[in-house]
Amino acid sequence: MQNDTRPLLSVRNLRTSFFQDEGTTKAVDGASFDVFPGRTLAIVGESGCGKSVTAHSILRIVDRPGRIVEGEIVLTRTDGSRTDLVKLKANGREIRSIRGGDIGLIFQEPMTSFSPVHTVGEQIIEAVLLHSAVGRKEARLRGIEALRSVGIPKPERRIDEYSFELSGGLRQRAMIAVALSSDPRLLIADEPTTALDVTTQAQILDLLRKIQQERGMAIMLITHNLGVVAEMADDVVVMYLGKVVEQGTVDDIFHDPKHPYTKALLQSIPSIESTPRMKLPTISGSIPHPFNRPKGCPFHPRCVSAIAGRCDTEEPPLQAVGEGRKASCFLYP
Amino acid sequence: MAKHAPALATGVLAEDRIAVATQWQLMWWRFRKHKLAVGGTVVLVAFYLVALFADFFAYADPQESEAQRSLMAPQRIHWFDDGSFRPYVYALTGTRDPVTFKRVYVPDTSRKIPITFFGRGEPYDLLGFIPTDRHLIAAEGAKAGESLFLLGTDMQGRDLWSRLMYATRTSMTIGLVSVALSLVLGVVLGGISGYFGGLMDTAIQRIIEILRSIPTIPLWMGLAAALPADWSVVQVYFAITIIISLIGWTELARVVRGRFISLKEEDFVMAAELLGCSKARIIFRHMVPSFISHIIAATTLAIPAIIISETSLSFLGLGLRPPAISWGVLLQDAQNIQALVISPWLLYPAVAVIVAVLAFNFMGDGIRDAADPYL
Amino acid sequence: MVAYVIRRLLLAVLTVWAISVLSFMIIHLPPGDYVTSYIASMSASGSAVSEGEAMALREQLGLDKPITVQYAKWMGLMLRGNFGMAMEWGRPVADVIGDRLTLTMVISVAAIIFTWALALPIGIYSAVYPYSVLDYVFTFVGFIGLAIPGFLLALVVMYVGFAYFGANVGGLFSPDFVEAPWSMAKMWDLVKHLPIPAVVLGVAGTAQLIRIMRSNLLDELRKPYVMTARARGLSEYRVIMKYPVRVALNPFVSTIGYLLPYVVSGSIIVSLVLSLPTVGPLLLKALIAQDMFLAGTIVLLLGVMTVIGTFISDLLLMWVDPRIRLGRQ
Repeated sequence: MQNDTRPLLSVRNLRTSFFQDEGTTKAVDGASFDVFPGRTLAIVGESGCGKSVTAHSILRIVDRPGRIVEGEIVLTRTDGSRTDLVKLKANGREIRSIRGGDIGLIFQEPMTSFSPVHTVGEQIIEAVLLHSAVGRKEARLRGIEALRSVGIPKPERRIDEYSFELSGGLRQRAMIAVALSSDPRLLIADEPTTALDVTTQAQILDLLRKIQQERGMAIMLITHNLGVVAEMADDVVVMYLGKVVEQGTVDDIFHDPKHPYTKALLQSIPSIESTPRMKLPTISGSIPHPFNRPKGCPFHPRCVSAIAGRCDTEEPPLQAVGEGRKASCFLYP
Repeated sequence: MAKHAPALATGVLAEDRIAVATQWQLMWWRFRKHKLAVGGTVVLVAFYLVALFADFFAYADPQESEAQRSLMAPQRIHWFDDGSFRPYVYALTGTRDPVTFKRVYVPDTSRKIPITFFGRGEPYDLLGFIPTDRHLIAAEGAKAGESLFLLGTDMQGRDLWSRLMYATRTSMTIGLVSVALSLVLGVVLGGISGYFGGLMDTAIQRIIEILRSIPTIPLWMGLAAALPADWSVVQVYFAITIIISLIGWTELARVVRGRFISLKEEDFVMAAELLGCSKARIIFRHMVPSFISHIIAATTLAIPAIIISETSLSFLGLGLRPPAISWGVLLQDAQNIQALVISPWLLYPAVAVIVAVLAFNFMGDGIRDAADPYL
Repeated sequence: MVAYVIRRLLLAVLTVWAISVLSFMIIHLPPGDYVTSYIASMSASGSAVSEGEAMALREQLGLDKPITVQYAKWMGLMLRGNFGMAMEWGRPVADVIGDRLTLTMVISVAAIIFTWALALPIGIYSAVYPYSVLDYVFTFVGFIGLAIPGFLLALVVMYVGFAYFGANVGGLFSPDFVEAPWSMAKMWDLVKHLPIPAVVLGVAGTAQLIRIMRSNLLDELRKPYVMTARARGLSEYRVIMKYPVRVALNPFVSTIGYLLPYVVSGSIIVSLVLSLPTVGPLLLKALIAQDMFLAGTIVLLLGVMTVIGTFISDLLLMWVDPRIRLGRQ
């Protein structure tokens, strides 16, 4: 694996909010992290913590009534120049060439991610035509190659089929093929295995790893499944209620978690090594309603180590707690 | 355990209020936000008030014809008399234009007839049993039927305003009776179709499709024309109602069937079955309440079509016939373009039709959106 | 796919049968024997009917046999193209109907084309920019269109035309062409006169279709494949037109099936007001004159044409939706 010290993608202080009649939801509230070339960054958190919205913000496809309010997302291009994606014109030519070109995105639900009335081939060919200056015939050949490279048997036949004619696993592979068809440098995978059964899950993860090794591609893996994180990730970012609460390499996070939330998450994984006949520890309380964000540290109502008077009034900033590690908690000065 | 910081007070209250509100309260709050729907409801309430109290709102006998007064234009109301608010109209004298021989009505400025509100007029029975002689609009010191013509008169000299009031009563109620029939048919057949499925479903579905593919108006025309000419007004009224509802039920049946089919698979239905509830209890106590609001919406939206059908049929002379009065019957006079150009006020009943249909559509839309905004 | 076609065909045949039964009912509902009234009206117009002819007619119609036999005989005659005699006119029904049926279908189709041409872009716009100013305007105008019955609109149009322009905007042909045989010139004349009837007939349907398109498209726009398309780098215009519109088009196309009977229905009354030489005025005259054979035949033929139109729209739907073509529901 390459060890380029310059990040491929740098997110700083990203804030994305949804403005509705009933109130404003701060889906992402100050997230900062880096993605390095050739490495896999996992973004972990419970449902609703803002992981997907972060991914959408990077590609500027946040749905109305959502909007990026603040922050910068800096992409290092192939020629070395750096572009702030937030500053690009919405749906303009430049961001569109990055979408599907430099950065690919695969979604959680492969069935609904394909148009029901267009063939799979049509959608791959379209992606190829958008990002390379080739003719239709060549694009079709590339499409077939892309399907082959993700392990779809008889790709020259499959390319003319509709998404509902493929099985779940093949559909997910096809979606990966579409995303990879223009050789992106970063692949964002939003819960790529959640909708699949365990065996297929393993296959897809193997596929992603293989492709990463072949192409030196960076992967940003969004998931709530710590098992997947352990298997795939090099670096981990833990999010809670739109904020980054901890950051570090996968070994550090798993063997030496700093933030109480991370600790609680890891404790709640059933393990073959835990004491038998003991209740599985859970995190008390539940995720607060988005209109009801707690004052101070967002996690403090559920935190076992909350410091009264400090954690409920001030918000802890994300700061370094070790070599290449960051956490936002008042336990660490 | 760490101390928990109190959540923002307002946030908790708002959440709680929503959490404990009943289905109907939630619907009402959503419905209220829909300005057009609320407006439509207000208009409809007004219409039904007129239907209920038609005698009160009218001031003349709708059947009293007087050739001397045929095709009079609507009178101009003067609202101020010497600076104070005392509305009045001028009495009209009819003379024959010596050149065209057409009847011309000239206001006689020497005779002012004041208009009073809630004044006395012809006696009648309010709601059918309360004797009174109060009307909304009355003429002071003169017989209203002979001096007030707020919307003009028709070919037979009958006051159009009063006729419009009575027409509202007929047209608005025929819609209700008809939709009630359609509702019963639709719910029963749609329910059987959706809940029991199988062969019955297929059969009923085919029937619905067939009925929907048939052009309705020629069919209605045929059926209506086949009614014996000697039937009384009431018999014709009911026959028309039945004929119209015989095809209108298909839309409701489709909605009901769709709901039953999607609800059948819901877990709460299975839970009820596992508890040992009888089929009837499951249907009426568990399934029906979840879609009753959709039924109400669909029913409300079905009424405008019925009103238009009746109006169209009567307009053609195939529906209600004189001496019955409905919007369609009133509009029959407007069939002749030449006559219409001379007496454009004959088209006023059309305004009533359009407003009523719009109001029903808005209200129905509001109910439907309130019942399920994602429908 | 074949299964689909066969199913729709069967349904069409069944519908035609149902219509024939209903038409037959219409013919026989009024009291009185057809032949007696036939003889009476023939003699009233001066032509006599001999005993032999009367007997033959009775035999042909099976008037002394049970109703099912009568129906069978009548269907037999219909299928052979013998539609009977129109009493008022003393001519065969086929003659009297003549062009009118074709013209009815012509204006109905024109109305549908107009409806589509208008509803599609407006519906798409309303879904992509919901709650915008134009959306409210379109919704409101659409509602008004929905609320005004076709014949009222026709009345208003005629009135305005007459009162302010002194012109008679009714009719489908200029006076010179009314009786003329068909030619290119006559067809062009027809096209020139089509807009007003097409608009009047189509307005109500347009409003409905706009609402359908808007709500379907709004649903589709929320779906993940739209976001996927955007994430691939497609321009906003292509994202919307190529994908969700294409999907929302399916229910749109399937509405023709029900639009056609609706429009044909409406054309009856509208053509009365606008004095169009279609089936409408003829039907009304027949009904008032209690000429049930003419009336029943018109109802039957109208129904058949509508069913054919619906069937064609089913085929169209099949072409548009690959899910049907490949046999999946």
